[in-house]
Amino acid sequence: MNAVKRKNLFVFLCVAPAVVLFFIFMLYPTFSVFRMSFFERGAYSNKEAYVAFENFKVLLNDTRFIRAAQNTIFLIVTVTVITMSLSLIFAYFLTRDRIFGGNFFRVVFYIPNILSVVVIAGVFSAIYDADNGLLNSFLSLFGKKITVLWKGEETVIFSLIIALVWQAVGYYMVMYMASMSAVPKSMYESASLDGASRLYEFFKITLPLIWTNLRTTLTFFIISTINMAFLFVRAMTSGGPNGASDVVLSFMYNQKDDGLYGYSMAAGVLIFLFSFLLSFAVNRLTKRKVLQF
Amino acid sequence: MKKVSLYKTFVYIVFSLLSITVLVPLVWVILASLKQNHEFYGNPWTLPEGIYVQNYIEAFKTAEMGEYMLSSAVVTALALIILLVVALPASYCLSRFSFFGNGVLNTLFMAGLFINVNYIVVPIFLMLRDGDNILRQLFGNGFLLNNLFVLALVYASTALPFTIYLLSSYFATLPYDFEEAAYIDGAGYFEAMVKIMLPLAKPSIITVVLFNFLSFWNEYIISMTLLSKAGGTRTLPVGLMNLMQGQQAKAQYGIMYAGLVLVMLPTLILYILVQKKLTEGMTVGGVKG
Repeated sequence: MNAVKRKNLFVFLCVAPAVVLFFIFMLYPTFSVFRMSFFERGAYSNKEAYVAFENFKVLLNDTRFIRAAQNTIFLIVTVTVITMSLSLIFAYFLTRDRIFGGNFFRVVFYIPNILSVVVIAGVFSAIYDADNGLLNSFLSLFGKKITVLWKGEETVIFSLIIALVWQAVGYYMVMYMASMSAVPKSMYESASLDGASRLYEFFKITLPLIWTNLRTTLTFFIISTINMAFLFVRAMTSGGPNGASDVVLSFMYNQKDDGLYGYSMAAGVLIFLFSFLLSFAVNRLTKRKVLQF
Repeated sequence: MKKVSLYKTFVYIVFSLLSITVLVPLVWVILASLKQNHEFYGNPWTLPEGIYVQNYIEAFKTAEMGEYMLSSAVVTALALIILLVVALPASYCLSRFSFFGNGVLNTLFMAGLFINVNYIVVPIFLMLRDGDNILRQLFGNGFLLNNLFVLALVYASTALPFTIYLLSSYFATLPYDFEEAAYIDGAGYFEAMVKIMLPLAKPSIITVVLFNFLSFWNEYIISMTLLSKAGGTRTLPVGLMNLMQGQQAKAQYGIMYAGLVLVMLPTLILYILVQKKLTEGMTVGGVKG
């Protein structure tokens, strides 16, 4: 066996297992999502009938799906805006000044990120409980007894937002802290000599200089909010009450439980394309000249 | 001067309040897991009357959380082993050898970063169920669903893009001199990889293990879908979810919170031990699943 053949054999043996697993458990299932959305499949047999765009037509007239889509978009926008602003501000505070105990705060804020979503759902069910939950009994301290139904039809989506933000802030804060600490101190010093306020500094120096990082995290926000919203909904509310907290992926999963596989996959295709197009659009819209420093 | 200290006080107040919103619920849950059932009707802010360990014993025995914990440990360990055995050689070759198809494979794995498991869990389930049906016709027995090893394999496979991305970018930074020296000393490709390069990649391997440990241990959607046989085993988060749903009917709050602590504690302990590595490693990888 000559040298070239030996090298090729080595490379093949190293790469092949990863490629095989990746094709079987990722590429083929992804392809299946798209293919199955054009078929009707029996709930228990693997017989399939081609129905073209029928699944999509029904889907776009399904009020439950539309509600789920609205919820998803609402969550993407609100969770992104709130989490991003909070984590940027906190990261700025922690990197700009020597804060006593800064390390402690960083460690604590990151904790929610390492917990299982099921654990977080359990914690928040203790917080949101209407009769003797932590939140209502805390609010009752300030006057009359409060019994808000935090998981009621009108409030449930806001309760979800709080849980999602609670979980994500620390993660993005740590990420922004890393890129903010690369901003040279001399920039801030010369700005403050010129009499710039903290607010001015934040918007005119810090944000422009970490812009590349901000853009990347925007894509993360879109992709991860779609996913995390599903994980939270499934563990916290199962989409209830009355579909008030359904999101597209949980809708998809419920259709699968009912054995409507083609229909379920059509919803999957739509959210997949949506997340892709949205990330692309956001990426284009936020394009700026990269600043050197 | 005065303005600055005012600003700092404000920052401290905000941060302290936020730390409280993170820590108080977690401490509360731990205290709640030591309460007896009757203590849950009334003011939630009271301390437990005594340390009621019975909750944990019940969770382990009647709620089978002990067995689920073992399943979770087995799946997580298996998945990590499979992942490392498969991903390390692959990322090494992808980043340091040029061969036919290298570019295409790199692009494919990069594209894989955007495929989230939640989208493809249904086709994976159907594929395994169809496989089971075929096996049943051939051997009278299907073993793909409700199998801890298959679950670990799915975990490892779906973690491949992120892991390969992280490891490849690390391997790419290492100088070529190491391998060349090894080849001159008569080492083969395999020997050079295992003895020279893998030890050098230790920092990135640690990052990979940490992140994937957390994601495998905490995962529940795939596990819930692939381990669905009535009376079969579950992983810990799914077991906890069943407890939470059952709790509404049976009102066994103490046991539920004990289960919650059992799921939470291993990750918390790990985090306390390695929090610095974790938050540093994040800025290297910077991808969230």
